[in-house]
Amino acid sequence: MKFAHLLAASTLAVMAAGGVHAKTLVYCSEGSPEGFDAAATTAGTTMDAAAGTILNGLVQFEPGTTNVQPALAESWEVNEDGTEYTFKLRPGVKFHTTDYFTPTRDVTADDVIFSFDRQGNADSPWINYLPGISYEYYNSMEMPALVKEIQKVDDLTVKFVLTRAEAPFLANLAMPFASIISKEYADQLEADGNLSALNSQPIGTGPYQFVAYQPDAVIRYQANPDYWNGAQAIDDLVFAITPDPAVRRQRLEAGECHVMPYPAPADIEALKGNDTLQVMEQAGLNVAYLAYNTTIAPFDNPEVRRALNMAMNKEALVEAVFQGTGVVAKNPIPPTMWSYNDAVEDNPYDPEGAKEILAAEGVDGLTMEVWAMPVQRPYMPNARRTAELIQADFAEVGVNVNIVSYEWGEYLKRSTDPTRTGAVILGWTGDNGDPDNFLAVLLGCAATGDGGANRAQWCNEDFDKLIQDAKVTTDVAERTRLYEEAQVVFKDQNPWATLAHSTVYMPMSAKVQGYVMNPLGRHSFEGVDLAE
Amino acid sequence: MIRFFFGKLAYLIPTFIGITVVAFGFVRLLPGDPVLLMAGERGITPERHALLSAQLGFDRPIVMQYLDFVGGLFQGDFGTSLATRRPVLGEFLTLFPATVELGLCAILLATLIGIPLGVFAAIKRGSAFDQISMGAALVGYSMPIFWWGLLLIILFSGILGWTPVSGRIDLLYFFPNGTGFMLIDSLMSGQSGAFRSALSHLILPSIVLATIPMAVIARQSRSAMLEVLSEDYVRTARAKGMTPWRVVGIHALRNAMIPVITTIGLQIGVLMAGAILTETIFSWPGIGKWMIDSISRRDYPSVQGGLLLIAGIVMIVNLVVDLLYGIINPRIRHS
Repeated sequence: MKFAHLLAASTLAVMAAGGVHAKTLVYCSEGSPEGFDAAATTAGTTMDAAAGTILNGLVQFEPGTTNVQPALAESWEVNEDGTEYTFKLRPGVKFHTTDYFTPTRDVTADDVIFSFDRQGNADSPWINYLPGISYEYYNSMEMPALVKEIQKVDDLTVKFVLTRAEAPFLANLAMPFASIISKEYADQLEADGNLSALNSQPIGTGPYQFVAYQPDAVIRYQANPDYWNGAQAIDDLVFAITPDPAVRRQRLEAGECHVMPYPAPADIEALKGNDTLQVMEQAGLNVAYLAYNTTIAPFDNPEVRRALNMAMNKEALVEAVFQGTGVVAKNPIPPTMWSYNDAVEDNPYDPEGAKEILAAEGVDGLTMEVWAMPVQRPYMPNARRTAELIQADFAEVGVNVNIVSYEWGEYLKRSTDPTRTGAVILGWTGDNGDPDNFLAVLLGCAATGDGGANRAQWCNEDFDKLIQDAKVTTDVAERTRLYEEAQVVFKDQNPWATLAHSTVYMPMSAKVQGYVMNPLGRHSFEGVDLAE
Repeated sequence: MIRFFFGKLAYLIPTFIGITVVAFGFVRLLPGDPVLLMAGERGITPERHALLSAQLGFDRPIVMQYLDFVGGLFQGDFGTSLATRRPVLGEFLTLFPATVELGLCAILLATLIGIPLGVFAAIKRGSAFDQISMGAALVGYSMPIFWWGLLLIILFSGILGWTPVSGRIDLLYFFPNGTGFMLIDSLMSGQSGAFRSALSHLILPSIVLATIPMAVIARQSRSAMLEVLSEDYVRTARAKGMTPWRVVGIHALRNAMIPVITTIGLQIGVLMAGAILTETIFSWPGIGKWMIDSISRRDYPSVQGGLLLIAGIVMIVNLVVDLLYGIINPRIRHS
């Protein structure tokens, strides 16, 4: 018995050595995903593990850009007033065949309707198929109010009827929450009473299909042999979950993985100096800011906010905190985004001028709080250090700063309180490449109040009208004009001190070919190859 | 002995109730709201917040939440993780073998090195060996685990390339999770090289995790040995002309080991604490890393369920140690 076992083992080993060598790409990912339902998450880690790897949407972002291009929908038409979107589906797209599911039909309009309906229909068993599940993106993109109806025109044609024109709609459909999943598979799970498998044993149409997941350790995928957009050069894709950035770096350098995200800023120079590696970089679609509470004196006075912004030496701040991995921000949207208004002039660094304005506004001996986040985020490597530099700058103009910090969950909670005193350091990474996703989400009147993302509690009629008009206009030139103007209003009113846009780095083995950085911060391995 | 056993067992009940209160209360004392953490920078409307809190049961009075929690325990339900939406007990059982494997290797390493070190230091009291080894133990005891782990990774994995950086096995090997113990599973998988890979992945984390217990065991063995060596019966044995090695081997060692066994038992708790950091550094998919992740996500059910299970295991181990102690040293039963 033992001998037979040994024999089998050695035969296997010989076969493995002599057989065709499978190409495996190992990605040292930063954390464990919650599962593989891209609609049920706000976590980038989960979106990476599910969307783009296993799943596809009707449309997708063209690699490396935020332009929308066809995916499961070959083409689409929008009616005159922008309230009806008719999508033509790509014929012959297959869902994954795995040991737990064998599809009997290709992707149809039914799958599209199901994929959205399950997130919004309170009568669907899928609305709470996991304990505590919430479809946060579906809700925060206002889909329940926006989508009046999704009609099946025929098997390969599906029509979205909207309650009003919504310019960012198409970009929203390229986001992970709008991924298309199999209705047939969902029905099978329902019949088996095994709904939670939708999250743990996913089925999609993407370039890779799911094999196994061991939380906190490893996710395994294999190439989808029937992928509609062509077979992948990589046979096996492995996510090696490695939360510590220093350890990720060691694994990359030791060749245990081929690609790693989120390197520590201090390691970047050394990684660039390593000949066996390549380090890609790209301006992040993000902004770091200091939000005053514009409803509380003296910060309700735009001149006081201007003076404080003028007291801030942002060049020095970005240099010290980002160490060359970021640029000074003057607008609330990043320079890589369309409608960025480069004509806007930032507040000059002018402590003397700042003192004069403060004196003219009768502000004397001001003591304020600056809140520093306790965590590192892609847009802000070190909030504490940032706060200290702001403290020193403000002291120059006679403003006394107390730095406060709370545990992250508490920080997020307290920072939305409308009665909050003090200015909060925070930031944002774009979801869909649309300016609306920054300007309306972070600075619109609707986002003020307890729990809202408008941490400045800033509600400016002129600004709000501009962004509201831009949201319902489908003409991109007109939208651009409106957003450019909104940025002028923003700078005139200074609800924030805009601090920086960070640079995002992706170190990888020099053998990796065809990897394209995603401006929205997603990580996708479609079309990637490994040189032998 | 039976009375002693049941006495110890009865003592467990109030302790266990106390632990449920602490585990439940602890996560709720943590600042931050899980619902808001899910929303992140994005923020959330009060209506959504209320809806989500209700779905998760966080809107119920705290006493009711506690009773739900305890009631669930009696049905073997430790709650459902907010992060993975899977039963906490299932998560625990999947991850626990990894921690046990690492912990056993570490305690074995700590014992095999710590006891001889302490015993020799005691015998050669005042010698250079004594001073150096006890100095090293002190350094080991005060070593920040995170820094120590990274240092070893950089040296042995980065510069020398002798050991893998992290994880439990080379990812090229793929076989089903049988026992959950990688050393056993890799042997059973029949894949050549898998066992060696699993073993090599254990080296650094075991050393890191063993460092503090090793230091404690070495110091405890030394002082226990010194105490025993000054006892009358040892002096008598010496006076009768026994060689020092025989004195130690026959008389002293057995008695000196009694407090050392307690110490080793008590190190289980320390080991759990060390595992949290060690597993995080080495991406070791065990309980320690799971607890850290759960705390940072405010995954209430996982944290309270996990704490309870860990506390339960530490209690059981301590009970076994107490009983062993009672067997080795009958005097303790009556005191």
